[in-house]
Amino acid sequence: MKVIVGTGRDIVITREFAAPRARVFAAHTEPDLLMRWFGPHDWRLTVCEIDLRIGGGWRYVMHGSQGQEMVLRGSYLEIDPPARLVTTETNVDCHARADHESIATLELTENAGRTTLTNTIRFPTREIRDAVVASGMDRGVAQGYDRLAHTMETS
Amino acid sequence: MTAVLDATFAALADPTRRAILARLARGEASVKDLAAPFDMTQPAISKHLKVLERAGLVSRGRDAQRRPVRLEAEPMRAATQWLVTYHQFWAESYERLDSLLEELP
Repeated sequence: MKVIVGTGRDIVITREFAAPRARVFAAHTEPDLLMRWFGPHDWRLTVCEIDLRIGGGWRYVMHGSQGQEMVLRGSYLEIDPPARLVTTETNVDCHARADHESIATLELTENAGRTTLTNTIRFPTREIRDAVVASGMDRGVAQGYDRLAHTMETS
Repeated sequence: MTAVLDATFAALADPTRRAILARLARGEASVKDLAAPFDMTQPAISKHLKVLERAGLVSRGRDAQRRPVRLEAEPMRAATQWLVTYHQFWAESYERLDSLLEELP
């Protein structure tokens, strides 16, 4: 997996999967599949509601191992299976203000049965993106940044 | 949490302020020390320092003459942690997606 800083307010994640893109697309749009992979290892996706049409909403409720709850929700802006999916996203708990909405663009290309996923997330503020830039440029700023850069280059 | 991060990220958005932090990572410095490499006046540097101070990224010493500036590690750690968590979120999710894709017919 690679995380790179795009232009403007973007962060771009790329990752390859050993499966055709129709399956990867399905894994992003079918609740019973999403519930089996979405979220870090110590979180479970417990509610996954999807209204897969332009303007339709989606809502994920996640639970952490310490009983924490996180609600993500948004709506679908573009649906073009199996190549492209554009959604808005709001983290209900972290971003109480309505302007804290990011836009995620999922693009899938296929080559010899393998899929390259590109997930471009446009953040609501440029500051967040710039902080990522800072993490790459000023490694001496804090020890944690070295760890960050390392994490982002590997795995 | 988000309000603190907003202040941190806003302070980090400026290249001069990032360079000041990079310099302070090597040890405390006076405003005069900090102004020298940037070809900026001391008042201009002081303005940047106020933003960094408000974000809690630096603090000023009590020595009335020098008032040395030093780096405060905690807000930077919180900002870095946010990004590490963000990366981890996707890295771990995609690992599970690998396994799921193997199982799908």
